[in-house]
Amino acid sequence: MTFIARSSPHAFSGNSTGRLMQWVMLASVPGLLAQTWFFGWGNLINVLWCMALAVGAEAVMLRIRKRPVRWQLEDCTALVTGLLLGLSLPPLLPWWISALAVISAIVMAKHLYGGLGNNPFNPAMVGYAVVLISFPLAMTTTWAMPAGAGDGGLSLWGTLVQIFAGSASSPAIDGVTMATPLDLYKQQIHRELASTVTQHPAFGDFVARGWEWVNLGFLAGGLLLLWRRIITWHIPVSFLAALAFMALLFGWDPDQSVPLSLHLLAGGTMLGAFFIATDPVSGATSNKGKLVYGAGIGALLYIIRAWGSYPDAVAFAVLLMNFAVPFIDHYTQPRSYGHQKPRRVS
Amino acid sequence: MNSPEQPGAVQVQDFPGGIVLPDNKAQSLQQPIRPGGLPPELWLPLQQHLGQPAITVVSEGDRVLKGQLLAAAQGPDSVPVHAPTSGLISAIAQRAVPHPSGMSDWCITLIPDGEDRWRERQPLPAYLELERDQLLARVHASGIAGLGGSGFATGRKLDSTRGHQIHQLILNGVECEPYITADQALMQERAEEILEGLALTAHLIEAKQCLIAIEDNKPAAIQAMQGALARHREDNSQLQRPTEIVVIPTKYPSGGEKQLIQMLTGQELPHGTLPADIGILCHNVATVAAIYRAVVHDEPLLSRIITLTGEALADPGNREALLGTPINYLLQQAGQDQAATRHLIMGGPMMGFELPSSQVPVVKTSNCLIAATVQEMPPAPPAQTCIRCGQCEQVCPMTLLPQQLLWFAQGSEHHKAEQHNLFDCIECGACAYVCPSHIPLVQHYRHSKGVLRKEQAEQASANRARERFEQRQARLEREKAEKEARRQARAEARKARQSETPAATGSPEQAPTSAEIAAPVDTQMLEQRREQAMAKREELLERLSAARDQALASTPQLERALAKHEQRLAALDQKLADARTPAQGQTP
Ligand code: SF4
Ligand code: SF4
Repeated sequence: MTFIARSSPHAFSGNSTGRLMQWVMLASVPGLLAQTWFFGWGNLINVLWCMALAVGAEAVMLRIRKRPVRWQLEDCTALVTGLLLGLSLPPLLPWWISALAVISAIVMAKHLYGGLGNNPFNPAMVGYAVVLISFPLAMTTTWAMPAGAGDGGLSLWGTLVQIFAGSASSPAIDGVTMATPLDLYKQQIHRELASTVTQHPAFGDFVARGWEWVNLGFLAGGLLLLWRRIITWHIPVSFLAALAFMALLFGWDPDQSVPLSLHLLAGGTMLGAFFIATDPVSGATSNKGKLVYGAGIGALLYIIRAWGSYPDAVAFAVLLMNFAVPFIDHYTQPRSYGHQKPRRVS
Repeated sequence: MNSPEQPGAVQVQDFPGGIVLPDNKAQSLQQPIRPGGLPPELWLPLQQHLGQPAITVVSEGDRVLKGQLLAAAQGPDSVPVHAPTSGLISAIAQRAVPHPSGMSDWCITLIPDGEDRWRERQPLPAYLELERDQLLARVHASGIAGLGGSGFATGRKLDSTRGHQIHQLILNGVECEPYITADQALMQERAEEILEGLALTAHLIEAKQCLIAIEDNKPAAIQAMQGALARHREDNSQLQRPTEIVVIPTKYPSGGEKQLIQMLTGQELPHGTLPADIGILCHNVATVAAIYRAVVHDEPLLSRIITLTGEALADPGNREALLGTPINYLLQQAGQDQAATRHLIMGGPMMGFELPSSQVPVVKTSNCLIAATVQEMPPAPPAQTCIRCGQCEQVCPMTLLPQQLLWFAQGSEHHKAEQHNLFDCIECGACAYVCPSHIPLVQHYRHSKGVLRKEQAEQASANRARERFEQRQARLEREKAEKEARRQARAEARKARQSETPAATGSPEQAPTSAEIAAPVDTQMLEQRREQAMAKREELLERLSAARDQALASTPQLERALAKHEQRLAALDQKLADARTPAQGQTP
């Protein structure tokens, strides 16, 4: 590239990608705490394991691609990818499945596409989808039982043993794991009425034992990100609005389908809306585009949850909308000042 | 009687994007405006404005009086230069001017004699009696160019309202860039002058309403202006139009003309139009104050208020500096710590440019000088790749897609950038300010714009060349046809004569034929010369336009050469025409 002499502006906001990512990590703390409180040490171990592995994989890839390793690691984006995977994978997932997810995310989804800024798909969600498709059983049966639903969860040591030395063929252990509320409700509501289904300990007294607090935690973190202007409201709001709209339109009868409250406060909804769908690199750029993009994810999420074969579907919804980003960007160019219409060129 | 305020006349609207910046203005407002002093030399560039440079009307060795014309305007968008004080013209030569490239340009050097003797002046307190054109001529002659930093010829701008009904005259006292306080100080201390200038300007362009826009972070200026306005309403009949002071929220770049219009009227300036086209005219507060002094006191623009600030200065503040005052002289007065000065910025931190040297003069557009320490303006961190975070887009006041423009600029797809309205970018720098990847976005845009402008110039010159070629082809063909016609006519005539008088063959015809042959030889040679001259003219034109684009110092020389060449070409054309007439007289 040609050398360009320093010119205006001479002042900078002190904003940096690293700083943004650090805020994202900080904002995830309430959700992670809720996860740990209700579901035991699993998520915390997952998070640390995934983050460490992500940084390692990133460093190796940068070295191979002959990029300044230290300097690029400072942007913390690998850490965030690891973090998001750790937060969304089942807490008692065997270590090597998480590792596969992380490596798919960093190596395949990020660096093979040209590294930060060039990846069309959300790396963490690519990793998640890879392991979900490859190990569907492990991915649905390693969810920890929420505290208060059974006779107490695993100790820290027990969790470590389960994750790092668990048997791959039968990952689930009775009395420790439990299907997620979304999964349960979807399975049971065909046979029973809502009042009976919600008797199951997984639903607790409120919406979904444990999960509701996890989601509220991520909601709180999301509000922090909004307040710090790390993200804008467009994606989360349109995401949640579309999900709610679909749930009210098609699932208004709790005796037939999963109710709105469960859609919003169980599964990866809030994590998806505020932390995952808002990934800038793979998302739409303009405000209008973000609205369309978020709404698309919300609608797809409902469609897959309600009619697909997976109980939760943040990863697939996000990835499908990643496909649509070039189109969205093309058709949602803002009208620029002094012009009647946006120019749709390129 | 005067200025009945329409209740709630102005609803301040928002403009998209924008950023809130730390304002850094207090440092330079500790002291009132002080005189900038009389330096040993003044360096007055012939071009301190946008447009054609002025032409010198004095020579080296001349003694001049304060306010005397030194260089005259050359065309309507040119602006004259006057002597800021009395003294001796010691040189007319190239020297460094304030420009990011550190380039040189023609400057008149004036050595002040310390007497500060005025030329004869003709004050004009009763300006209401003058016709619009007479007033306009006075503004044109006063050497005022947009003092807010644009440098657009003020007379020309006022003239742009001809044939337009101006609903609103907007006075820009926003001064949204950090550090700069020149306008603020002016409003605080010389509110009367500004209002007089406003009244005069409004009268000149027959504006229906006047709005004075000030950001809400300048309460002292607002108060001063309001006080002056109240006094005006009580005892001055000059300000006959409804006038309102509009306090706008502090948000950069609210002082941009387009953004200000949007805030005050809710209107966007349609692409490719001037404010006058939608019945609006904007002027900077300092510009109208200068108009007042020029028209009423017959004081051309001789000085301006410049903010000297930055942490490397012990004594920051606003100075009223004579135009041409060397920057280093001013910096010395402000107690510059040379060792601590890391950057020297002319203008504000968002849109100003770095001066490669302090050996340059204050010009009409110099509103601020920042001598920044390294702590104040640390080096920009190295750029990372764009993460498409869209923060740039959130802050762009022109609702452009900065990251998209960047993408095109980096990929050298400049035309796509142009289609995405690259040329609407006002280079406010808001996008680069917030970019978390520290991408110097504005630099990329400037580069793209430069490439496109060059291409446009080349395209234009290629078009000219093609036209010329086609014209020549057509002419050659026409001449060939004419020749053929003549030959045939002669053959016919010969045949006819032969059939009449077979004895008389050839000889009487010999003379006209040779004359005919002689004439084309002459014209051919002339044509060749003309062809060459045209080619040279083309080359000169190209070089000139290139020089103008890059604002090279050689521009005036090239202009002179071109003028001479045009004369030669005209003479040649004349000769050619003379040579052709007899030949054409013979064609039937
Ligand atoms: S602010 Fe910088 S990193 Fe973010 S989209 Fe704009 S150019 Fe890219
Ligand atoms: S510099 Fe240009 S692209 Fe950037 S914010 Fe300003 S107008 Fe928009």
